[in-house]
Amino acid sequence: MRQIAFYGKGGIGKSTTSQNTIAALAELGQRVMIVGCDPKADSTRLMLHCKAQTTILHLAAERGAVEDLELEEVLLTGYRDVKCVESGGPEPGVGCAGRGIITAINFLEEEGAYEDLDFVSYDVLGDVVCGGFAMPIREGKAQEIYIVTSGEMMAMYAANNIARGILKYAHSGGVRLGGLICNSRKVDREIELIEALADRLGTQMIHFVPRDNQVQHAELRRQTVIEYSPDHNQANEYRALGKKILENKNLVIPTPISMDELEDLLIEFGLLGGEEEYQKVLEADKAAAAKA
Amino acid sequence: MAQDPNNIKDHVELFHQPEYQELFERKQKCEGMAPPEEVAKYAEWTKTWEYREKNFAREHSVINPAKACQPLGAILAAVGFEETLPFVQGSQGCVAYFRTHFSRHFKEPFNAASSSMTEDAAVFGGLKNMIDGLANSYTLYKPKMIAVCTTCMAEVIGDDLGAFIGNAKNEGAVPKDFPVPFAHTPSFVGSHITGYDNMMKGILSNLTKDQKKETTNGKINFIPGFETYSGNLRELKHLIGAMGVNATVLADNEHNLDSANTGEYKMYHGGTPLAEAADSINAEATFALQTYTTPKTLQYIEKEWGQKTAAFRPWGIKATDEFLMALSEATGNPIPAELELERGRAVDAMTDSQAWVHGKKAAIYGDPDLVMGMLQFMLELGIEPVHVLVTNSTKEFEAEAKALLESSPYGQQATVWGGKDLWHLRSLLFTEPVDFLIGNSYGKYLWRDTKTPLIRIGYPLFDRHHLHRYSTIGYNGAINLLNWIVNSVLDELDRNTIIPSKTDISYDLVR
Repeated sequence: MRQIAFYGKGGIGKSTTSQNTIAALAELGQRVMIVGCDPKADSTRLMLHCKAQTTILHLAAERGAVEDLELEEVLLTGYRDVKCVESGGPEPGVGCAGRGIITAINFLEEEGAYEDLDFVSYDVLGDVVCGGFAMPIREGKAQEIYIVTSGEMMAMYAANNIARGILKYAHSGGVRLGGLICNSRKVDREIELIEALADRLGTQMIHFVPRDNQVQHAELRRQTVIEYSPDHNQANEYRALGKKILENKNLVIPTPISMDELEDLLIEFGLLGGEEEYQKVLEADKAAAAKA
Repeated sequence: MAQDPNNIKDHVELFHQPEYQELFERKQKCEGMAPPEEVAKYAEWTKTWEYREKNFAREHSVINPAKACQPLGAILAAVGFEETLPFVQGSQGCVAYFRTHFSRHFKEPFNAASSSMTEDAAVFGGLKNMIDGLANSYTLYKPKMIAVCTTCMAEVIGDDLGAFIGNAKNEGAVPKDFPVPFAHTPSFVGSHITGYDNMMKGILSNLTKDQKKETTNGKINFIPGFETYSGNLRELKHLIGAMGVNATVLADNEHNLDSANTGEYKMYHGGTPLAEAADSINAEATFALQTYTTPKTLQYIEKEWGQKTAAFRPWGIKATDEFLMALSEATGNPIPAELELERGRAVDAMTDSQAWVHGKKAAIYGDPDLVMGMLQFMLELGIEPVHVLVTNSTKEFEAEAKALLESSPYGQQATVWGGKDLWHLRSLLFTEPVDFLIGNSYGKYLWRDTKTPLIRIGYPLFDRHHLHRYSTIGYNGAINLLNWIVNSVLDELDRNTIIPSKTDISYDLVR
C-alpha cells in the first residue's frame, strides 16, 4: 500500500486535482481511500456526488467521544469504489483543527481502515501551519508528498514552506517529496518557472495540468472530469498524472530554499521587481507627485 | 501471604517481607536493571564537582522545579472571596491535581470545578463545556461568585473566556448580573504566583466595575498574596486590629482553608464579602504583603483606581517594624504597647537562641517572597545563607536578593540561583555542604540524599501536620520561625552526639 498526500496553498485546487487523479488511478484498477484533512470536508464531494459527507469529528461531537463511532458510519464508498472519509473539524475561529486531524487519523488506524488498499491519499488544508497538519507526514503515514502549486508568487511561497515541513520529518519518518503538480493559472512562462522551482527543491515537476473550464463544468455536477466527460482532453491530463504517480520512483528529501533565493527566482522570471526596478518605480512616483 | 488479618502489617513493614523482597529482585532481573554496585558507583559520581558542572550545563530539561502552574495560584485567590467557587476551563485531571495539592497541604476539603474538557472539546473549542459547566456549578453549589481560569489545553486552542462567559449568560447558564470574573492562566507562562496575580486582577476588576465613588471609604486594602499559612492571615488581622486600621483583606482564605469542625459540612467558609471587595476601589490605599505575587494587580489598582499602593514583607523584626510604622503613618494611630511587648518577646527569644544559630550555613529555596522574607530574618539572626535558589525567579527578585545579601556581613557567601531546580540544588549541597536546608516537603529527597537537615518552611507541606496553621509574619511569626530553626539545629546536634561512650560526651541535657 502506498500512502500519498496532497499539500498546497489554500484555493490552489488541491481537492479537485487530487480527486481527478484518484479517479484516474481507480480507473487503472487501483484500490484507493481518500482521507480528507480539512474542516470544510470538501475533499470527497466529487467522488460521493454530495455536498459534504458526515465527518468523523462531527459524529464524535454528537456522540460525546470518538470511541463511540463505528468505521462504517464515516467510511463511505464513492466513484469506482473509492473509499472516502473526512476528518472534519471546528468552526472557523474556535478550537483546534490540527488536533482534529490527529484524532481522526488515530481513529482510522485503530479501526483498521487501512486494509486491502493500494493507495491512501490525504488531502490536507493549506500550509503545514502546526503539528496537526503535519500528522499525515509523520512516521508510518504518507511517504510521498505531492505539492499542488502554480506560477503565482504565494503558491510558490507555500510550496517552499511545505518542503520545509517535509524536510523536518524526512530523516525520522522517511517521508519524501514526490514532485510538484503545476495546476496552471496561465502565468507567463509558468512551466519553466515551476520546473526551475522543482529543480531548486531537488524534485521534479511531475505534471503540468492546463487550465480548462471543463473542470468547472464537471464540478457543478459534483463529478470529476473523468466521470463527467471521460473522452475530454482534460480527463486525459489527469490520467497522465495518475499514471506518472503510479510509476513515480523519483522520491527525494527536499532541499527547501531561503526566502532570498525564492525572491531571486521570482525576480529572474519577472514576477517580482528587483531592487533597481523598485527604486525606479519609487522615483517615478515621486516625480509624478512633484509634477502634480 | 504477607498479611495476616489478625496482625496487619503497615506499609513500612510489609514491603520488607520475603515475598516482596523476592518480587523486587525478580523485577530487577526482568527489567534488566543495573546491579546495585553499578548504581552505587554512579550515585557516588553525582556527588562530585565534575557532575555538578555537567548538571549546571543542562539546558533542555528541568528536574523537580520548585514551582507549580498558574491555575493553582488563581484558585487560591478565588477561594479568598465570600462563597466563591473556582471554575477551571480545562480537563478533569488538571483540576484534580489542584484540589489534591491544596488538600494535602491544608488537610481540608478544597472545592474547584472543572469544565471537563475532553478531546472533542479540544478540537471544537470549549464553549459548550463552559455553558454546561457554569449552569451545573451555579445550580448544584449555589455560589455567590464563580471565578474562571484556564488550563494549558484551553489556552493552546485559544478559548476566549470573556466571549464564552458572555455567551453562557446569554444562554441563561447563570443570571446576567451574577459575577463571573475570569483570568487567562496558561501554565506554560510564569508560575502559580503569576496565576494568583492574574486572578486577583480579574476578580477585582469585575467586582469594582462602576463602583467608584467621589469620596473614599477611609479604609486600607490588604492583599496577602499567595499565602499558604492560615496563621499569617490571623496574624495580619491581629496586627491591623491592634493598630486600629479600618481594613479590607482582599482574598481572605483563612476560614476556607482552616475551617473549624462543627460536625456539620459547609461548602463555603468566610472569605472577603463581595460587597466589601466591590467597595475596595474607594479605599485610601492598598498594601500588599508580597511583592512578586501581585505586580499586575498593584499596577492596575494604581492606574485604574488611582490608589496609592505599597508592598511590605513583615518577616523578622526590622520588616515588621517598618510595616507597623507605615500603618501608624497611614492611620495616625500610635503603635500600641501590646505590639511593643510582642516585639520585646521576639527579640528576647532571638537572643536566647542566637548562640546556636549564629554563623550556621544555610541553603534555602522557595517562592521569591518567601525566600526574601526568610533571608531578612536569617540575616538578623546571623545565619549565613550560602545557596539561595528560586525556580520562578525574576530579574527584580535577583537584584533585590543580591542587594539584601550584600548589605549584611552574613550574606557575603551567598549565591542567588534564579531559574534553577532541585536537582541543581542537590549538586550544590553535595559539593558545598551547609548546616541546614530550608524548603518545602520536596526537600526531603535532598535530605535523604545529602543528609542536610531539612527545616520545613514553604509550600507545599505534605508530610508534616499543622505547620501551616502557624504564622511566619509579624513578631509572633518570627518566634515561630526561630522555634523551627533552632530546634531543628538542636535535634541534629543530639542525633550527632547520641553514640554512648563515643560522642555522647556532648549529648547534653541543657542546650
